[in-house]
Amino acid sequence: MTTLTLAGAINAGLRRALENDPKVLLMGEDIGALGGVFRVTDGLHKDFGGERVVDTPLAEAGIVGTAIGLAMRGYRPVCEIQFDGFIFPAFDQITTQLAKMHYRSQGRINLPVVIRVPYGGGIGAIEHHSESPEALFAHTPGLRVVSPATPADGFAMIQQAIASPDPVLFFEPKGRYWDKGEVDLDAAAGAPEGLGVARIARAGTDLTIVAYGPTVATALKVAEAAAAEGTSIEVVDLRSLSPLDTATLAESVRRTGHCVVVHEAPVFFGAGAEIAARITEACFFHLEAPVLRVGGFHVPYPVSKLEHDYLPGLDRVLDAVDRALSY
Amino acid sequence: MSQSTSPDDVDLIQLLTPTGQRVDRPDYSPRIAHLDATALRGMYRDMLLTRRFDTEATALQRQGELGLWAQSLGQEAAQVGSGRAASPQDMIFPAYREHGVAFVRGLELTKILRQFRGIDHGGWDPKDHNFHLYTLVIGSHTLHATGYAMGMQRDGVVGTGDPQRDAATMVYFGDGATSQGDTNEALVFAAVNNAPVVFFCQNNQWAISEPTSRQSRVPLYRRGQGFGIPSLRVDGNDVLACYAVTSEALERARSGGGPTFIEAFTYRMGAHTTSDDPTRYRSAAEEQYWRDRDPIDRLLALMKAEDAVDDAWLAELDEEATAFGEHIRTTVRSFERPSSDFMFRNVYAGPHAIVDDERAWFEAYQRTFVDVSATAGGH
Repeated sequence: MTTLTLAGAINAGLRRALENDPKVLLMGEDIGALGGVFRVTDGLHKDFGGERVVDTPLAEAGIVGTAIGLAMRGYRPVCEIQFDGFIFPAFDQITTQLAKMHYRSQGRINLPVVIRVPYGGGIGAIEHHSESPEALFAHTPGLRVVSPATPADGFAMIQQAIASPDPVLFFEPKGRYWDKGEVDLDAAAGAPEGLGVARIARAGTDLTIVAYGPTVATALKVAEAAAAEGTSIEVVDLRSLSPLDTATLAESVRRTGHCVVVHEAPVFFGAGAEIAARITEACFFHLEAPVLRVGGFHVPYPVSKLEHDYLPGLDRVLDAVDRALSY
Repeated sequence: MSQSTSPDDVDLIQLLTPTGQRVDRPDYSPRIAHLDATALRGMYRDMLLTRRFDTEATALQRQGELGLWAQSLGQEAAQVGSGRAASPQDMIFPAYREHGVAFVRGLELTKILRQFRGIDHGGWDPKDHNFHLYTLVIGSHTLHATGYAMGMQRDGVVGTGDPQRDAATMVYFGDGATSQGDTNEALVFAAVNNAPVVFFCQNNQWAISEPTSRQSRVPLYRRGQGFGIPSLRVDGNDVLACYAVTSEALERARSGGGPTFIEAFTYRMGAHTTSDDPTRYRSAAEEQYWRDRDPIDRLLALMKAEDAVDDAWLAELDEEATAFGEHIRTTVRSFERPSSDFMFRNVYAGPHAIVDDERAWFEAYQRTFVDVSATAGGH
């Protein structure tokens, strides 16, 4: 076991993928000599060269569009979008081209493209640097949408995403880039199908908190605090929004009878709405309270001095836990 | 006249005048010197059968057999000339009215009609003829062609000097697409990577109802120059000139010389699609001006002047076109609606719980309907 940050673990996973498959390419802005603005690609340009770790022109549609062409030619491009709020120039290429090519070609064209997106808030950034647009992509058939919460998952999941025959939106919780954890660098990454499987991050009996990416750590803190008051909380780390591991979710909620979904994105039309609907359909007679959601408000991401009021922190999640349990 | 620039532009590369006289150019004439009478007849046949296909498809749409049709009428020389300059190992990225290029690549053209009949979003395997699926979103595929060309560079099939090995991509788009961000980004990526891609812009003067003057205040080929890409304008109704400039551009790309931007100055003689009505925005005089520059008539005039064709051959071709038309009509009418589960297939390459569950649910739902037609009595 090695102690790594999430950023370091993803870096190690990218390095492993570059070593194992000569068709893997990294593409993005400032990912070469600089190593990316978050240093996730640190050292890779030096070791693998500019043909495989490509500093691209400053054009997101161009990055994704040329990655599609490279994938048609047999490559496995891994694109870095520098920040969540800068993905929209590439939105058309992702949703109308990347997501549909396998379908419209009747399976004749595979596009194994990974799009890495540092996302989420809590880092005191200026406008457009703290957003959570994952639901927009989960709503698009043809894409897989995942987010690791721990260094161990960062290392394994980036390799699974690169091995996937489908396009994968890989959302990296940038606020957790420097969180450390144990990573087994000798472990095999596992089959790409494993990407869609949720993880019980903490077992419990009274209530299930459903989280992914940056809110998993928050949920674990909530569970710790609640345990001190005698409440046993189970935390499910979804890992994937598309596909969604409804079976693991439903199994947990049937046992606990209570569910709170937590994400940073606005609650309105967010991933939590879909999760709540599915849990309600699957667990109606086991539920002792409505499924509650905690997340961002229906406002643009606010100024950073207010982001801790906007983000679903410990207190707001505990409040939802109390409301669910006292319903 | 609506075109923003005159086709008599001094920069226009032409090897065949509208009345079928050869123009001698030391830079480009050598590139067509090997085209003998047989080759000219081949080009004529490609253009004539492409037009027959287009005419049949238009009629089939009017009869309700197709949901929509995008005509290639008038653009046969630009498509056949450029398409014939490509090698089998080159990868072609069409927009959606490159029926002439498809024909030259060897695609069974009725496969194109599957998409317009609403039974397929694609219709063929791009690998069969190195001819990608049609792309309907304007300009998107310019980036795919550029990325594919960057892959060719990495595969070591550019600049080896082996004509059987060296390859390039060629992407077709229109005057409207030159305004798209994707097209401009493709030109940037192609330029800085020196990628082996030929940007073949068919300026057919109209983006549905908008003339080229709504897209640009400079001739379109000059846009390519701004990216540091060799760019030129060719008479798009001159099949010989289109062949010559494209063969030069592809040769440059395959040999490692990088991208080229070609503006083929042509005319969309038909409507944008069968849903369009050009009488609302352009004049009959303009249409007549271009009918007088018909690309097919032009080549026929040359072949007759040079005794490259006789009446017997033309009659034979006419019979072939008639049989081809019959084949198109019969084939399209035989295309059947796919079964419902077609909708769920190939959304993902691997398993996906949501799609898999919805497919299983829908199949079970459909099984709940009893086929009453088998048991119902008469009225």
